[in-house]
Amino acid sequence: MDFIIKNTKSLNYRLFKDKLFYYLIIIISAITIVPVLLILAKLFIKGYRQINLSFFTEVAPNTLEAMTAVANNEIIPGGILNGITGSIFMVLIASVIAVPIGILTGIYLSENQDKIYTNLIRTLTDILQGVPSIVLGIIGYIWIVKAVTNGFSALAGGFSLSIMMLPLIIRSTEETLKMIPESIKEAGLALGVPYHKVIFKLLLPTGLSGLLTGVLLSVSRILGETAPLILTALGSYAINWNIEKPTSAIPLLIWEFYNDPNLINLIWSSSLLLMIFVLAINIIAKRISAKYKTY
Amino acid sequence: MNGEKITRIVLFLSTLIILFISIGIGFSLVKGSIPAFKEFGIQFIFSSEWNPTEGREEYGALSFIVGTLVTSIFALIICIPMAFSVSLFIGEYFRNSKLANVLSSIIDLLAGIPSIVYGLWGFYVLRPLVIDLGINEQGFGIFTASIILAIMIIPYATSISSEIIQMVPKDLKEAAYALGATRREMIFKVLIPSAGSGIFASYILALGRALGETMAVTMLIGNTNVIPDSLFATGNTMASVIANQFGEADGLKLSSLIAIGLLLFLITWIVNLIGRFIKNQVMKK
Repeated sequence: MDFIIKNTKSLNYRLFKDKLFYYLIIIISAITIVPVLLILAKLFIKGYRQINLSFFTEVAPNTLEAMTAVANNEIIPGGILNGITGSIFMVLIASVIAVPIGILTGIYLSENQDKIYTNLIRTLTDILQGVPSIVLGIIGYIWIVKAVTNGFSALAGGFSLSIMMLPLIIRSTEETLKMIPESIKEAGLALGVPYHKVIFKLLLPTGLSGLLTGVLLSVSRILGETAPLILTALGSYAINWNIEKPTSAIPLLIWEFYNDPNLINLIWSSSLLLMIFVLAINIIAKRISAKYKTY
Repeated sequence: MNGEKITRIVLFLSTLIILFISIGIGFSLVKGSIPAFKEFGIQFIFSSEWNPTEGREEYGALSFIVGTLVTSIFALIICIPMAFSVSLFIGEYFRNSKLANVLSSIIDLLAGIPSIVYGLWGFYVLRPLVIDLGINEQGFGIFTASIILAIMIIPYATSISSEIIQMVPKDLKEAAYALGATRREMIFKVLIPSAGSGIFASYILALGRALGETMAVTMLIGNTNVIPDSLFATGNTMASVIANQFGEADGLKLSSLIAIGLLLFLITWIVNLIGRFIKNQVMKK
């Protein structure tokens, strides 16, 4: 009797601990999502007021203009057009460099499994993925700013970003192509189709959605990068389409606004816009991969 | 030459570019660091002097190395209970449910927020809170930066670990239940021992992320070039000092900053190497 009572007690204690742990997990998990919601709410509440037409059609104001506006209790004039165009420009430069090299390398890796050289390239890709972005900024500075453009430039910024994109594109291409059934390739080869046509007319179209997803995800990743651009593109107060001149980008503008007390009101709307861009590209990428997953 | 050969050559050439970029990064960092190491020798790593005054220039990386390690490790310690709960939520308690999907999408969202936005939020929301709580007068410092870093690396710490937790065989778990274990006992006596090394690997990879983060930390750590004497003190990290001082640097100072970049690269590389090694061991099984 005594034994049973003692045993029930300990059973109850064990069940209590089990319940306690269960609720602890739920509570801590709930706490974890609080910052996300708080950050998004803060961006929206503080940011939406400054978003108007001139925010998209005018370049960033200078300190004096902003100071007068704040003194007169008006909304700061101007917008972030130079940042928007600069971001698009540098993402384009980065994509032009990274997309072909990344996809071709990805094809090579998926076509030549289990070779020493393939493993070497795969390991190097992994290392590239782990390189801190600020270090890639240093590389962009040494290789392009110092040696090619003789000054801060869009090319240097785009180049640094392209090294960030490469590993993501290579890995997603390889993973996508590996998932395509061997039989599709064999069917093509059996019909006498030459190898290069099998790759470009069979494998790539079949895996297109996967490749596109990889490219879009890598774009959304580099869109918010600030640190490497501080060392390479520097920023500019005008719209610039010259590949060899300093160029702005949305995150660079946020950094400038943050450092200038007169322009501080612009940081939230710029951040809101940046977040919307990043999220939109992310969602499009995931939609594409979900919709076209046919194999 | 036929199309077949051209294709093979083009594919091979693109891998050569990867090879050249990787070797080039290592080569350029080492070459750029040589003047600093020539001037200060190995002492560069163990000195915390940072004096840019001309004629008495003296550079050492120790305070930045310490700052980087302390901030990142403290961030990881804050991150672990949250990441652990989330991965159990997704991988065990609410596995394959709608709730788990929602939670993992929201956690994914964390990875999409740019570093500079985390920095702004930390500066305007978290910093006043830290001041109000009386933790720190200025609100800047290791503590504030680590909290933001912890939030930033949660998605990296949960993605692999929740996957590994889901991979634990059902038979093992049922055997524990059959012996009368409660769910919590099953988790601690079966799930964690068999998924432990995978969970550990994901935390190491998250640490690798934290080490290289720049903007958010730069905006919150206070940027003082001294070895921090407590968790609430201000300090500086390797990435932050590069971001802050690279623009106006030349000569010996530029070389010293590149050398710090080289050290940062080596530290993150070693940490990632360990993380990936453990992960690959686990995935092979």
